[in-house]
Order: sequence, then C-alpha cells, then structure tokens
Amino acid sequence: MDIHEYQAKELLAQHGVPIPRGKVVYTPAEAAQAATELGSELWAVKAQIHAGGRGKAGGVRLCKTPHEVSKVAEALLGTTLVTHQTGPEGKIVERLYIEVAEPFEREIYLGFVLDRKTQRIRIIASAQGGMEIEDIVKTHPEAVLQVEVEPAVGLQSFQARELAFGLGGLTLKQVHQFVALTLGCYRAFRDLDASMAEINPLVVTREGRLVALDGKMSFDDNALFRHPELHEMHDPAQEDPREAQAHLHGLNYVGLSGDIGCIINGAGLAMATMDTIKYAGGEPANFLDVGGGASPERVAEAFRLVLSDPNVKAILVNIFAGINRCDWVAEGVVQAARDLKVPLVVRLAGTNVEAGQKIIQESGLPIISADTLAEAAERAVAAAHGKNA
Amino acid sequence: MSILIDENTKVIVQGFTGDKATFHANEMIQYGTNVVGGVTPGKGGMKHLERPVFDTVRQAVESTGAEASLAFVPPPFAADALMEAAEAGLKLVCIITDGIPTQDMMRVKRYLLRYPKETRTLIVGPNCAGIISAGRAMLGIMPGHIYKRGNVGIVSRSGTLGYEAAAQMTALGIGVSTSVGIGGDPINGSSFLDHMALFEQDPDTHAVVMIGEIGGPQEAEAAQWIKENMSKPVIGYVAGLTAPKGRRMGHAGAIISAEGDTAGEKAEIMKSYGLFVAPSASELGSTVAQAIATL
Repeated sequence: MDIHEYQAKELLAQHGVPIPRGKVVYTPAEAAQAATELGSELWAVKAQIHAGGRGKAGGVRLCKTPHEVSKVAEALLGTTLVTHQTGPEGKIVERLYIEVAEPFEREIYLGFVLDRKTQRIRIIASAQGGMEIEDIVKTHPEAVLQVEVEPAVGLQSFQARELAFGLGGLTLKQVHQFVALTLGCYRAFRDLDASMAEINPLVVTREGRLVALDGKMSFDDNALFRHPELHEMHDPAQEDPREAQAHLHGLNYVGLSGDIGCIINGAGLAMATMDTIKYAGGEPANFLDVGGGASPERVAEAFRLVLSDPNVKAILVNIFAGINRCDWVAEGVVQAARDLKVPLVVRLAGTNVEAGQKIIQESGLPIISADTLAEAAERAVAAAHGKNA
Repeated sequence: MSILIDENTKVIVQGFTGDKATFHANEMIQYGTNVVGGVTPGKGGMKHLERPVFDTVRQAVESTGAEASLAFVPPPFAADALMEAAEAGLKLVCIITDGIPTQDMMRVKRYLLRYPKETRTLIVGPNCAGIISAGRAMLGIMPGHIYKRGNVGIVSRSGTLGYEAAAQMTALGIGVSTSVGIGGDPINGSSFLDHMALFEQDPDTHAVVMIGEIGGPQEAEAAQWIKENMSKPVIGYVAGLTAPKGRRMGHAGAIISAEGDTAGEKAEIMKSYGLFVAPSASELGSTVAQAIATL
C-alpha cells in the first residue's frame, strides 16, 4: 500500500525524523489559510499523488504570498498529474501539502528497502540527493553507500555513523543528527512493516539542520492486519477503479493496453497465459487471477471487471483446477457468459475436467473450447482479430 | 528415489483440524502419504482423520517420529509455527499459507541460522502448492492425478504453472520424480538453488524443469550454479514477458523493481548459462522432450 507524502512525513516525524512545518489542504481557501497560519516568506505547494517525479511535472511550486498559494492551489486541485511514474493516465490531485520552504545548501539521498537477495533491510545513502536512486546508481555508482541490517539485533549506531562519515562534509553535530534520524527511520520501517521508505532529498538547511524535504513510504499489504492506523491512510482515489473493485472481491487485476481479456487461476499461469497470447500474435488486456476457490460469484465478478474495459474484443478463460473443481468453475462461466457480446474461449484442465467440459458443451452457448494452452491462446487471438475485421 | 519426501516419510499437519487442512490432509492420505498425526494447540489428545492430535509440534515429533510437516496456519501465526517446527527438529516444513508479512519471513530465515546446516529445517513455501513425489507421497494441495511417475524434477514459483508443465509432460509420456513449489513470495523458505542441488544428487532425476517469474534474483543465482555444478540438463522458463514495470502481478514477489527482474532478462541469463529455455509456456513439455533427447 502506498501513502501520500504528508502521511509518510507524519509517520517519520513520530519516529524522530525532522520535517518542515506543513499542512494538508483540500481547497484553495484552506491553502491560503494554511499558508498564513504557517507563517513564512516562502511556501512550497505540493500535489499529493502516489507517484514520484512531481517536481518535473509541475506538481510542486514555490509561492511568495498566501494569495499566490491559493492561486496555485486552484490551478492544481482537481487536475490529473502525469509524471514519468504515473503512466499516461496520470493521477488525480485531490490534496495539497502546503509547506514552509526553507533555503538549503545540500541534498542527500536516504532510502530503505527489503533486499530480496540478502533477505535483510538494506539502507542506501548518497551525497547525490535530489536525483532518483536508479540514476545515481548509473551515473555515480561510487557515491552509493549501503549497509545491511542484521534482523536479530536491528540497525546499530555504528552503521548509521559509517553512512554519515561516508557522505562526507557533515559537521559532528550533523553526523549525530543523521544517526538519530536514520535510526528513527529504521524503527518506522521495521515497526510499521514498510516495504520501502525514501527521504529524497534529505537537506542540510542554510542554518545547518538536517530536514526531510520529501518522504515516501510503502507498506507490505500482507502486514496491514496488524497496523489499523495505516488503514486510515489508504486513499482509494489514487488507485485504478477497476483494481480497487477487484480488491474488494478478493481478485487480483492489473489493467494493460491490449484487447484480449484474461480470467485465469494462479498468478504464474496468468502471466504465462498472457505471454502465450503475445507469442500467438495478440495483446492481453489485463492480468486477472481469480485465485483458489473460484466460486460462481467470483467468476461472475471477474467477467464484470474484464468487460468494464471497453478495449476488450475477446475473453480467454484458462483454469487449471487444483483446489478448484472444473465443473464448479464451468457453472460460473456459463452463468456469466449468458449475455456476453464478445467471443469467449475457455480452456479447462485438472480436477473434474470432463464434467466441466460437459457443462460448457451442454450450455448451448457459443463458447469456443480449447484443450491446451497453445490452442486457447491461438483461438483467443483469432477471435479478437476476427471481430476487428 | 525422489527428493524431500517419499511414501515412508512420516508427516504431520500443523493446523490439522481446520477445514482446509482437513480436506487436504485427507487428499494426501488418499494419495498414499504417511500422515502420522497433526498439531492444533488446545486439541491435544483428540483423534482427527483417525490420527492423533497434539498440542505442540515437539509432542508430535516425540510420539510419532514425524520428520516433515505441512503447515496450514493463518498468516499472523505462520512465522511462529515455522520456528516451532524448526525447534522441534523437523527436517522439512512445507507452508502453503499465502499472505505472510515479509519481515516475518525475514525473521524466520534469520532464526533458522541458529541451527547447524546439517540439522537445519528446510522450509518449502510459503504461498506455494507444495511438494509431490509422483506416485509416492504428496505434501501439498496439488491435483495428484496429473503427475505421472518418472525421472524429471520440477521446481516452480507458481503452483498452477507447475501443474501446466506436469500436464504437458504427461501428454508426451514424460513423468515426474518430484515437483516442488517454492512459492510466490519475495522471501522463500528455500530457493531454486536449494532444490537444484537436491535434484543433482537424486539418481532417479535425469533432468529438471525450473519455472520462474518476474522479480527477484533467484533464477539468475540458480542458473549460474547450474552452469558450474550441475551435470543434468535443466529446462528453464520465466513467466511475465508482458508484465509492466512496478506492478505486482498477483504474487507478492512478482514485481519488476530492479535490474535483472524482467522475464526477458532472466531468460537471457538462463540461456547464457546453457539452460534449455522454453520460448513460451505452451512449449514447456516439448522443450523438456528435446532436453531429455540429448541424454
């Protein structure tokens, strides 16, 4: 789960990370009032979306008066911001963060990730802050400092000190500040089951203080059950509506740009089926895993989701039943396919496959059957193209 | 022979009396698995599926001599159950549970390092379909009837894609020694490499199919190890050529977030280390046939 910058900063501040003073607002009037209340000569107005690259896309603006803040707020609120991380559809701006802008002299990168190779939390720091870490790694690999955290004892101060001295140019007081905020950020990461945390940039202000100018956190969906406080930070407006709908029904859906809708059980088989469609000359419209226990209701919901994409010209259902039973899935498919306007290809395999195929055949519906994965993909591609012609 | 389990392996089920565990324990027994009992805290002393129930894994091991367990424990209690199994001295635990917090698995893996390598529990999963030694024993939730007994090992992150491979092989008359699902999570109890090493030592396994997907470094690690250490042919496949960057494709671990994470990059690495790479999932069976024809 992703959260907004202002929420990440709030969590980091609770764990001892210094942040600039700021307020979240939803209207231009609130924006002007927030600016007045914060009291400054320079404010940053920051669009709150679940994606990076906001600055370059015009989503972060500096303003010199509360009036200017309200004008910028008016221009940003309700717009869709497209950054290199949002995809072409962009993300809607419904909230702004008004922050006191302080002059700074230096930008540092500080990031926390779960490293799959070492199976530990890895902390990455670089003196080349303000750039994206992928770019820093490419252009300044020597400037990337890393430490791994031993899970049995957690992050140790000496590790944070090594990073601080490795960055160079920090006064002893700043080194102490860096160590304290890095330990705090680590505690936030560990205690809240984060999957990613990033402070980029961490700045050294003109007065010499270290402050988190930006903050980003993502959380392990599997651990949300033990963090009710994070549930409240969930912002459904930042999600694709189809994906949010899928989530409600225990389905996994990812929209893509092709025209063959896919309904498949198992994530691996779903990806492989999409690849086979591509191999057969077609393009999948989506990833959809109906999961184990595909009841007729879930199958019906899967059809609704796939059909809500207007690009879909054919549907491919591929079920390899382990826990599922093919006859049960077939019942659901037949019910959902009654009023279908696009061609449907169904491939069933595994437990009770004969009973499932019988239900499909006896339904009298124009369902195209396939015995193998290759056949299914080829027939779905042909059906989608036939419709095109 | 086979790897990990056979008809003699004494198996217990953790979370034995739950509905799903009961269903699958019964399927395992029907398949011929030597299920000797199970564990549900608070239900010790009961009989379930005509087998004894224990309060703790330690009691189950002491009374039955169990060597392996199938863990059907809800996500909040899964890490605890795995550490309990390790401390009780089980050789193998297969955990089916989907939805375990990543940091919990990280701590479990760290906890296992307390034990010397020779006696350390091997964890298979989580978020997997389990293990089957065709015609001998099943420690999992797969449809047993699709596996024909034979000499090709399968190790797969995905459950259903493992079934697909087995079915394509069966259709070509090729059987399976053991099929292992290592699971779709970012941190697995055991990796491709762990099982490749076991298959290399198993005289009844003549070739191995490795079915990977996007995300994580373990296909590349295994491919390099195979090149340097493995005498048997390995057939590789990586699902997710059409997956967009940064999007989770169902499995918690199936996400392209770092260099080398894409299906294309992994397939190239496999090729460069001399694996037979199936060009598409529909050619898994035929690629296995080509590879074993070289033996």
